[in-house]
Amino acid sequence: MLGLVPSALAAGHLPALLALSSEPLAHLRPLDIAVIVIYFAMVIWIGFYLKGQSNTSEEFFMAGREMTAWIAGLSFVSANLGSLELMGWAGSAYQYGILATHWYWVGAIPAMVFLGLVMMPFYYVCKTHSVPGYLDLRYGRGASSVAAVSFAIEMVLMSGVNMFAMAVVMKVVLGWDITFSIFVSSVAVALYVGLGGLRSAIFNEVLQFVLIWGGALLVPILGLVQAGGVDQLKAKIMHNMQSMTGGVAGDSYFHLWRDLGTFHSNPMGVHWSGIVFGLGFVISFGYWTTDFLVVQRVLAAHNLRAARMAPIIASFFKMATPFIVILPGLLGLVLLQNGDGSRRELVGEDVVAACSMTSAGTVANVSVCQAAMAKSPLSAAAQQKVLAGGPDAELHSYNQALPLMMVRYLGPGLLGLGITALIAGFMSGMAGNVSAFSTVWTYDIYKALINKKGSDSHYVLVGRLSIMVGVAVSIGAAYLVMHAHGIMDYVQALFSIFIAPLLAAILFGMFWKRATKWAGFIGLLTGIVFSASLFMWVKLTPSALAAVALSPDAKPMAENVFRALWAFIFSAIVIVLVSLVTKARPVAELDGLVYGATKLPKEDPVPWYKSEYTWAIIVVVLFAALNVIFW
Amino acid sequence: MHGSKISIWFFIGVLLVSYGVLITGYGLYEFATGTLANVQLAEVHAPLWWGATLLALGMFYLIKFRPGKA
Repeated sequence: MLGLVPSALAAGHLPALLALSSEPLAHLRPLDIAVIVIYFAMVIWIGFYLKGQSNTSEEFFMAGREMTAWIAGLSFVSANLGSLELMGWAGSAYQYGILATHWYWVGAIPAMVFLGLVMMPFYYVCKTHSVPGYLDLRYGRGASSVAAVSFAIEMVLMSGVNMFAMAVVMKVVLGWDITFSIFVSSVAVALYVGLGGLRSAIFNEVLQFVLIWGGALLVPILGLVQAGGVDQLKAKIMHNMQSMTGGVAGDSYFHLWRDLGTFHSNPMGVHWSGIVFGLGFVISFGYWTTDFLVVQRVLAAHNLRAARMAPIIASFFKMATPFIVILPGLLGLVLLQNGDGSRRELVGEDVVAACSMTSAGTVANVSVCQAAMAKSPLSAAAQQKVLAGGPDAELHSYNQALPLMMVRYLGPGLLGLGITALIAGFMSGMAGNVSAFSTVWTYDIYKALINKKGSDSHYVLVGRLSIMVGVAVSIGAAYLVMHAHGIMDYVQALFSIFIAPLLAAILFGMFWKRATKWAGFIGLLTGIVFSASLFMWVKLTPSALAAVALSPDAKPMAENVFRALWAFIFSAIVIVLVSLVTKARPVAELDGLVYGATKLPKEDPVPWYKSEYTWAIIVVVLFAALNVIFW
Repeated sequence: MHGSKISIWFFIGVLLVSYGVLITGYGLYEFATGTLANVQLAEVHAPLWWGATLLALGMFYLIKFRPGKA
């Protein structure tokens, strides 16, 4: 999911990499190609196999509500485990140390547990098919339409950006043609989601989950062996960091909370308040509890207990993910080497683009390159090497940390498995986008606003066609981004602009009986406008970042979390004020929708070890312990 | 998976067995001939034991979730 991709990738410098004339990082052997071909054959087989089980709208859009807690949970966490995320956060770990882990722990676990224990009963009991569908039941058509239209636009554009980013990565890593990557992945996704609907998307997400762990787990294992264990890794990072931390303590790379008291004492330039309230509450709860892309997976569970258990199962795997994402980034800090044995220093995409090489192996524009390198943490020796040209002169970006580590350790077959894991991550992200788009378009836009009286088979047909249209629009968006690079920043900002006001509308709707129809509509709409205004303010006046993030030392990463926090507070105030001056619905109408007005169905008793509460307690204890250990 | 003729775990079993056979096969070739790939730590023969792990896991899913099993 691009919305949670680090700003290093969201900065929109990926298109600049297209201009590079460099050699690809890896060369695939026939065994690697065979591994990739088998994956594509498998996903198409699954699509054709499931076609016969996706004939009704309930089957096509909700996977028949037949998923077990394990399937729904793995699909739920997998929908978020895209390749941009894997590569982006590995790069962020290289850049910022284990602070990047916040996006996996405080930025996910509390929200996932809250979704499972508190919010899921309302989503599940009201039998909604989507998050805009819940808003329709709670606030009426106005709020629902705003959410549905903004979500549908966001999904297809995000899918296009995702597609383009995948094609760029495949070009840089493997040297594949951009158009080839876009069309092969699009056709495969359109085929298997168009045939099997949500069930097919969920099956492939579970497949992708296994592939990602199978393909990526070997890198940190071998890296730790070569680094000599965790203590040696820490000692080597401390040694390397002395020259490039810019006043930040070298051991800041190993602390999650200790150095968050001020913006300038940690490498990320964030404050604990932004991490706790902006990331841990607004962004995390917004994404994990209201983004339909992930919530749709849990709505497909076969009963309420499975729906509650799914996010809790997912949270265990989410907590473990830093082992295959953050650790390779940290290992890259000490293990990546140039051909002459010197340490390979990675930099931002902007520096890589500024120092692009000519075919003769020299820097194309020396003055631009010098200026870019001067602002980067690149050592003087590395800068001289770049300007001198030659075999090790070419720079690589933070985002290439994971592929570089793969190339370092994975031989024939295993490299194919690693690359397949990246491709599968991209494709399942795209499939998630188009399957969610299809549901929202069919139910919340087409059926709600255009044709209310269609037959069930008609809506399935509309759903299948909307997948084809969604993929086609995504391809158009991918090429638009390729030719108008600046658009990427705006598309990637859509998530953060929509999510905070949506969270406010959902939370007040679910937990405050007094919230009214007009409050939901106006709060959501004005919140989106407010959030977009903050984004444009910082975009047009970069110095405004200091005001939005409350400090002149704040870095772009801090902007996202604080903008989300202000947008949530703004929407919450609007919802409360409008509710107080407009008429609330009778409590009797809120059954199944609002806490305190809903009689939840009694679940069959289960032994303590099968109870969602038991596992939730274990998750919370583990989460707390990890934060204390890495304090 | 509930409600389907073929479980998702069976598909995963097929995929892992396929990968396990290919990667273990290559690992055996490396081990037998001493022709190591040009990667770091090639001497630990990762394709052999990682491929065998994938194969074993795949076989487990393939057998446990085979179609028609009650």
